[in-house]
Amino acid sequence: MAKTLAEKVWDDHLVRSASGEPDLLYIDLHLIHEVTSPQAFDGLRLANRAVRRPDLTIATEDHNVPTLNIDKPIADPVSRLQVDTLRKNCQEFGIRLHSLGDVEQGIVHVVGPQLGLTQPGMTIVCGDSHTSTHGAFGALAFGIGTSEVEHVLATQTLPLTRPKTMAINVEGSLKPGVTSKDIILAIIAKIGTGGGQGYILEYRGSAIRALSMEARMTICNMSIEAGARAGLIAPDETTFAYLKDRPHAPKGEDWEKALSYWRELKSDSDAKFDKEITLDADQLSPFVTWGTNPGQGIALDGVIPSPQDFTDPEEVSAAERALVYMDLKAGTPMKKIKIDTVFLGSCTNGRIEDLRAAAEIIKGKKVASDIRMMVVPGSARVRLQAEAEGLDKLFLEAGAEWRSAGCSMCLGMNPDQLAPGERSASTSNRNFEGRQGKGGRTHLVSPLVAAATAIRGTLSSPADL
Amino acid sequence: MEKFISHTGSALPLKRSNVDTDQIIPAVYLKRVTRSGFEDGLFAAWRSDPEFVLNKPEYSKASILVAGADFGTGSSREHAVWALQNYGFKVVISSRFADIFRGNSLKAGLLTVILGQSDVEALWSAIEEEPSLEIKVDLDTRLVSYKNQAISFDLDDYTRWRLMEGLDDIGLTLRKIDEVENFEEKRAKYKPKTLPVLS
Repeated sequence: MAKTLAEKVWDDHLVRSASGEPDLLYIDLHLIHEVTSPQAFDGLRLANRAVRRPDLTIATEDHNVPTLNIDKPIADPVSRLQVDTLRKNCQEFGIRLHSLGDVEQGIVHVVGPQLGLTQPGMTIVCGDSHTSTHGAFGALAFGIGTSEVEHVLATQTLPLTRPKTMAINVEGSLKPGVTSKDIILAIIAKIGTGGGQGYILEYRGSAIRALSMEARMTICNMSIEAGARAGLIAPDETTFAYLKDRPHAPKGEDWEKALSYWRELKSDSDAKFDKEITLDADQLSPFVTWGTNPGQGIALDGVIPSPQDFTDPEEVSAAERALVYMDLKAGTPMKKIKIDTVFLGSCTNGRIEDLRAAAEIIKGKKVASDIRMMVVPGSARVRLQAEAEGLDKLFLEAGAEWRSAGCSMCLGMNPDQLAPGERSASTSNRNFEGRQGKGGRTHLVSPLVAAATAIRGTLSSPADL
Repeated sequence: MEKFISHTGSALPLKRSNVDTDQIIPAVYLKRVTRSGFEDGLFAAWRSDPEFVLNKPEYSKASILVAGADFGTGSSREHAVWALQNYGFKVVISSRFADIFRGNSLKAGLLTVILGQSDVEALWSAIEEEPSLEIKVDLDTRLVSYKNQAISFDLDDYTRWRLMEGLDDIGLTLRKIDEVENFEEKRAKYKPKTLPVLS
């Protein structure tokens, strides 16, 4: 029977499938961080259970960590306790941990791929909804809650109900200045934050195949913002070239064996998706959000919509509330919006290509005098690579801050936060009320728009410079 | 896990759609390493407004939350479920739940019930008219009932059985651990391991 890519990966991990109960799926890789794991380890201790496969488990510290003075103890005692708890748990249960200060430390979704642990056809889970990032490799990767973290620790499996599949075809080619971030923001605006509920998304088409691995990760990362737990892309030569010679990629004969399996990992030409949508890449332009959910987005050239532009009463009231929270008026051109802080980083856009793209725009220019720009590499390795290329100097000379790796301002959990009323242009993934700090206002943007906005002080694209 | 068979209580109308998990509990409240005490963070930003529905005395005894569509979008934090439970909620009703939140709630024993949007709106009106209105959510019959209304809801048989028996998933999976072992024997040897550390 013809199968989609997601169905192939699903079926290859079935430990048990019986009617009247959920499928039991084997998990190839379990990523862990400090926020969603402590209660899971406690559960193991209470039941006197061990971690079944420490050799398929890896932990990093990312959500709570400061991005300045990382050689000093974490100042916030509650954050410090959470990080210390992870350290104790990893030691007790024999789990590999990359702590703050370690060269492999960083945001969990940046670390997995760069170590070569993320490979095609795997099942990958983490107590973090942006685990969908790893789908860029043709892996089935999704976020889980703490009860499920405990379940995977104890059994290396998860009971799951098979989701439906949705094909998202993006055909054509992107114009200069348009990035994969703009593709995914446009998709979410089109299908809405609930559009992907119950589905695994598969991104397909010529525009997707033309993207680098890092650009593909940006797209899969935000699948959850469309309501889909997972999103994936069939592996191809771009994927294999990225993986070759990474520390944990297969070597020698194993590489050849893996490669022959990976090459089968694509949806059959006659496979049926439960739903299909299409997007024309040629029509896309830089895309930004104006509201308080990632579906409230619009072309940067556009104006803030009026609640009356929507037909669904829920959307009308959501738009009314969003405009009040964001302190914006319908009809205002997006490019007139004045920004206070620019954040370049996160598991969405904190990789080396993101930093290079922004540095290219910033080079030789100055960040506007009333703008704070924070550049936060997604991992310690990304930071080192950027410094080797001299990108840190370009940012610093322009007046931006150059930080150490972590989730930083993507979520208000560490010292990097917006003040009440402060407005950001952020390359992260969520513009929810208070997401970047209580009372903060977020516009989601691409790294190129972030850089241009930092220079001009208002939402801008590189073409405006 | 405590068995869930039926719950009767009063309800609170949360007439907003797209209530994301950052609203249910902001990240700054996620730093505890226990499963309790998260009630402080429940809807923390909105609670500073005295007009917010959670602050209204007529709803102070509510144990059923009736929310707008797409409840629980965003982050996978199970703390959102714990915050609702720690505060005293036993049931959440909405026309649509985000997938991860829904999964988390049913694992942790917070019953999430999907009703049609028109049923949700009718429930809102009934609650606003009579805040102490008794609502019964019964898992055995899969019915939400109040006054002379009885609305049926779907929940798969397996999850219903697990909740009614108060069984935890780990225990159920460990009964089948030999099947996991069999699977592991056949796994491809080239699949990556995190140990030993390679560079």
